[in-house]
Amino acid sequence: MKRAWVLAVLFLAPCRPALAGSPEWHGLVQANYASRLGTTRRDKPPSGDFLLGEERLQLQLSGSAPKGGAGYFAKTDFFRDEVDGQADVEVREAYLSCAKGSWDLRVGRQIHTWGVGDLLFINDLFPKNYAALFSGRPMEYLKTGAGGLKTSFYSDPISLDLVATPFFEPDQLPTSRRFFVFDPFQQVTNRTESRPRHDLENTEFAARLYRPVLGFDAAFYAYRGFFRSPSMEPDSMTAPTTLTIVYPRLSAYGASLQGNAAGGVLSLEAGFYDSRQDPAGDDPVIPNSQTRFLAGYQRSPWTDFTAGLQYYGEYMCRHDRYEASLPAGFPKQDRLRQLLTLRLTQLLKYQTWRLSLFSFWSPTDEDYYFLPEAAWRVTDELTATVGANVFGGAGGTTFLGQLDKNDNLTFAMRYEF
Amino acid sequence: MTPLMFKTTVAAAALALAAAAPSQAQTADSAGIVRKMHQAFFYQGESFRARVKMTLTSASGSERLRELTMLRINTPASGGQRYFMYFHAPGDVRRMAFLIYKYPAREDDRWLFIPALSLVQRIAAKDSQSSFVGSDFTYEDVSGRDVEADAHRLLREEDLGGKPCYVIESVPKGAASYQRKVSWIDKAVFLPLKEEYYDVQGQLFKEFAAEEIKEIDGVPTAVKRAMKSIKTGHKTVVEFSDVKYRLGLKPEEFSERALRNPPGSWIR
Repeated sequence: MKRAWVLAVLFLAPCRPALAGSPEWHGLVQANYASRLGTTRRDKPPSGDFLLGEERLQLQLSGSAPKGGAGYFAKTDFFRDEVDGQADVEVREAYLSCAKGSWDLRVGRQIHTWGVGDLLFINDLFPKNYAALFSGRPMEYLKTGAGGLKTSFYSDPISLDLVATPFFEPDQLPTSRRFFVFDPFQQVTNRTESRPRHDLENTEFAARLYRPVLGFDAAFYAYRGFFRSPSMEPDSMTAPTTLTIVYPRLSAYGASLQGNAAGGVLSLEAGFYDSRQDPAGDDPVIPNSQTRFLAGYQRSPWTDFTAGLQYYGEYMCRHDRYEASLPAGFPKQDRLRQLLTLRLTQLLKYQTWRLSLFSFWSPTDEDYYFLPEAAWRVTDELTATVGANVFGGAGGTTFLGQLDKNDNLTFAMRYEF
Repeated sequence: MTPLMFKTTVAAAALALAAAAPSQAQTADSAGIVRKMHQAFFYQGESFRARVKMTLTSASGSERLRELTMLRINTPASGGQRYFMYFHAPGDVRRMAFLIYKYPAREDDRWLFIPALSLVQRIAAKDSQSSFVGSDFTYEDVSGRDVEADAHRLLREEDLGGKPCYVIESVPKGAASYQRKVSWIDKAVFLPLKEEYYDVQGQLFKEFAAEEIKEIDGVPTAVKRAMKSIKTGHKTVVEFSDVKYRLGLKPEEFSERALRNPPGSWIR
């Protein structure tokens, strides 16, 4: 083994300048904590008062061929999770890229984002980590990478992105390990997770076609894969003893439009979610098909201040059948779930201070989520951030309302090099 | 009458009218000088690339750095420009890229690429007088202010640092961050050597200086420029290196592709 390493180094060493045009090392060191606010209950989740406690080293290595056309990028986090009491490694991104004519190709673990919503995703069906968002980790951790291939084609009339992901990654939602969450099958402890297998036929495909139309950015989207939020399948609806956590099949089609209007930026997006394993809408375990839509407007009324407002809706198809099939005692979703968001951001002192507030409020679920934050760039390298996550609602079963007892205060300090 | 002849006649009539009214002539001349200055300062050479180093110094002497590569192309058909900026440092903005489509008489289109989220975000461009990346320069100072947005008047002609200059006063027609601006424009190369910005109280609050001018590819270029905020004592010095004009780029290349995956030759 050792000899293989020595040989590899000897072999690669003379090639280094030719292989790597300009290898660049960067990264960061970060300490990040989130503590519960005002909870003195005895039945705390196993994590105690801390939703998050971690120290993290991130290393980034990148480079490109001296004459262009090819490159690589890798970003890996090494961290110690104080809450779980263990250290771990997370490969955030690691990909190779190649550009030829009108084509770009990117292979490896990568993060994808598209769509025009602000923290609201309709046609962006790539993996997300909501637990990270709710426990005050920096915004970049909301997105998780997935291994696969991305092809892009660029031309004047129209451009295309096609993403193929054979390795399924679920969304990471708050779990009872660190959060107080609503669980309709609380008494059932015998649970197994059944993720889509890494089979070629389970490869997810996501596509985006886009072009400018009259000064607006117009895009069409299509997705074929799985719901990333789990569904719980009990062995019996009336007296369940085991639960299987599944990710039902999903196809989605949508469009978006974004551009300048009335002194600000106007965003429109809609998508249809076709729940392929429950087309009739009468399976209570699997989500029904839905139409989702959003309208957003952002503007900057004065220097270094921006305000953004969004309206978002989820309309459930075959709500009548959903109601009829829902077992007694289960919380019922509305036919139309609505959400309003407001984002306010003020930069101060030559943009070294950033004060921001993001808020969700749902008039139909009657729940809310506030995310105030103050960030200070002490130097070019060092940033300190204090924030909070405040949840609440009339009922304990809605998406945000169930998190009511998880209000937390967060602190992060990061040095970038 | 052909359209060209018509235009010529109108122009001749306008010139005759201008000659008849000296005060108006002076106004027209001053706008002409400012237009020439714009051409020399913001539009030179069809396209342009530079490595830009910004040093931000606070009153207490603490320094911050911004390093970026800036590319610009003119779009003569629409009279606009496209800008692409790629940030090398500091760490929190590294690999971020910024794309601006500038139009003569309407709001810019602006997009920002955030690499950690692989997100291309359109941003509201209403406020062109916002600070550019936390410096003393505004977006307008970086990419130019619409000449027609101000009324210009030639105050006098005088030498500045041994160079003969036009001294022009510009008063915004609408709301702006300043009440009045006085510019010293080099008569030979039409670059602004100094600008003074006055507030509503008539007090000087911001001062621009072209600290070093070099001829690159036959184009006189202000390779070192400074903006000082008089009231806060904050100062930004911008230095251009690796300047190149007429790069043979196409406007279509200033696109989402460039944001997400900029060509190596652009950003080195």
